[in-house]
Amino acid sequence: MKKVTNKSLLKVDRLVKHFPITKGIFRKKVGSVKAVDGISFEIKERETLGLVGESGCGKSTTGRLILQLLPATAGKVFFKDHELNSIGSADLRKQRLQMQMIFQDPQDSLNPRMTVGSIISEPMIEHQRLDRLQRHERVEQLLNSVGLDPKVTNRYPHEFSGGQRQRIGIARALALSPDFIVCDEPIAALDVSIQAQVINLLEDLQEEFGLTYLFISHDLSMIRHIASRVAVMYLGRIVELASSQELYSRPVHPYTKALLSAVPLHDPVLEKKRKRIILIGDVPSPANPPSGCHFSTRCPVAENNCFKTAPEWREISSGHNVACHLV
Amino acid sequence: MTDIAKFEELSQEAVSKHRSLWGDVWIQFRKHKGALTGVFVFSFITLAVFIGPYIHDIDPSAINFKKRNLGPTLSHPLGTDNIGHDTLAQMLAGGQVSLAVGFLAMMIALILGTMIGILAGFIKSLDGPLMRLTDLFLALPILPLLLVIILLFRDTLRTLYGPEAGIFMLIVFVIGITSWMHTARIVRSDVLGIKEREFVTAAYSIGTRKSRIIFRHILPNILSPIMVSATLGIANAIITESALSFLGLGFPPDFPTWGRLLYDGANFIQITPSRVIWPGLFIALTVLSVNYIGDGLRDALDPRLRGR
Repeated sequence: MKKVTNKSLLKVDRLVKHFPITKGIFRKKVGSVKAVDGISFEIKERETLGLVGESGCGKSTTGRLILQLLPATAGKVFFKDHELNSIGSADLRKQRLQMQMIFQDPQDSLNPRMTVGSIISEPMIEHQRLDRLQRHERVEQLLNSVGLDPKVTNRYPHEFSGGQRQRIGIARALALSPDFIVCDEPIAALDVSIQAQVINLLEDLQEEFGLTYLFISHDLSMIRHIASRVAVMYLGRIVELASSQELYSRPVHPYTKALLSAVPLHDPVLEKKRKRIILIGDVPSPANPPSGCHFSTRCPVAENNCFKTAPEWREISSGHNVACHLV
Repeated sequence: MTDIAKFEELSQEAVSKHRSLWGDVWIQFRKHKGALTGVFVFSFITLAVFIGPYIHDIDPSAINFKKRNLGPTLSHPLGTDNIGHDTLAQMLAGGQVSLAVGFLAMMIALILGTMIGILAGFIKSLDGPLMRLTDLFLALPILPLLLVIILLFRDTLRTLYGPEAGIFMLIVFVIGITSWMHTARIVRSDVLGIKEREFVTAAYSIGTRKSRIIFRHILPNILSPIMVSATLGIANAIITESALSFLGLGFPPDFPTWGRLLYDGANFIQITPSRVIWPGLFIALTVLSVNYIGDGLRDALDPRLRGR
């Protein structure tokens, strides 16, 4: 269904983000929250990479690091042929033409004092030299392609429902015809009935404009539906990355297995037989992650070695990578 | 998707007619009865003060001992004071000065306060120094400071721009730079909140420049506290000016302002109470009407409150 070429569009190399924890009046650094702790992956042109994990594992931070909305502590992000961490702000601004973001909360991501028309045309004002009429035309065209009435340009965000607002956010992200869009939990704040609409819209748009997505979500079934490859994150690290089909049918990492065992099945007969792997304990604090494998404290099959050395990131079969000592 | 299309069709009539931003603001503003009354009262006072002297053309500084402490008569509608000044003429002349001082001082305080507040809230490294500066100004005893400034600069400005224009500029400036602190604090705290909102992050991800983020995304969203401090600022400036005049450091004694008339009249409250009532009433009316206008404007400028 998707024409994924083999050309890589975005490459993330050992990306690290530590947020400092400060204390006292002199703001002495007493530690750091290791939100993203050395992750590497690659996104190919026109594919959708799903990024799943429970809350607080660093998914959104990863998205923001890629778009340079947060400065990375270490590591590199390559977009096309540019290394985004070191290029100057003027060059980065040019690259922003080609990478955009769709935000989680459609309520909060649209300026309440701006009309829909000015929200969607803001990127054009910033980057393109179009006159008022051309901009208006483009706004109407965009509203059309996200399934909204093109006549709503004079209205304000609060006059729309959550799903419609998310469509406005999508239209804004599309305004400059980008190649790459980070979707930061775009459906988490929506009703289930609206979620499907927005997902289908995103798929249609991908088909139409040849978009590449990094799709961040904690909804495993949605990821399965939309993503061609899936990366599973736990406490700042990617533990498993494989094609969607492979990951859902043959998960190898114990964390992935536990996650997938929590997804309800459609078939009531199978659903009755479904055995949940219940993990014991809570996610350790990212300010003080366990030594060795981050998952070792909750892993049902952990061995001595797991507590001491961090597992290597290796390929077990073509395109299926995992970080675990035991596979 | 079709449901949404239907919904859109239903509400099309509301959409299809062209609406301009200021048109919308005006429609909403008209709905605010208090604000409309405020506009009416305020324009009445302004017109009276600036056009009135051409109709009621008695010289406010003319002294007529034969007609002292009169009650209202046809030629002196508001009576006269203890040395025969016409109270109405003085009210009108004083109003010009008081309104101008109030407005200009408020503008200076507002611009200064908003600028410092935005810089402190938006640029992290400036936050500490600017807020400590604000604390410093708040901790200074304002009245003694005003006295010192005026004593130091009064004579230089007088020789440069003449006694009245010089002292006018000095008073406006001095009141302006000593009353921006509250605005700055409120603006800073609001900016700190707004800049973490997702639409600001969205603007960054689009590649919007910082100056545009401030003017397009942050400033419109902190309009309400600015409006409120503006309306309160006018009142404050009028009162401070009268306090200065009372202490003999404002305008010269024969130069009427509302504050001055109020303080002069206070000594004669038992003989001619109207000398206190009129300036007091006009100060109160001005402050109140400006307050209501600010209130209405704030509601009208907020798209979420519009159309209710």
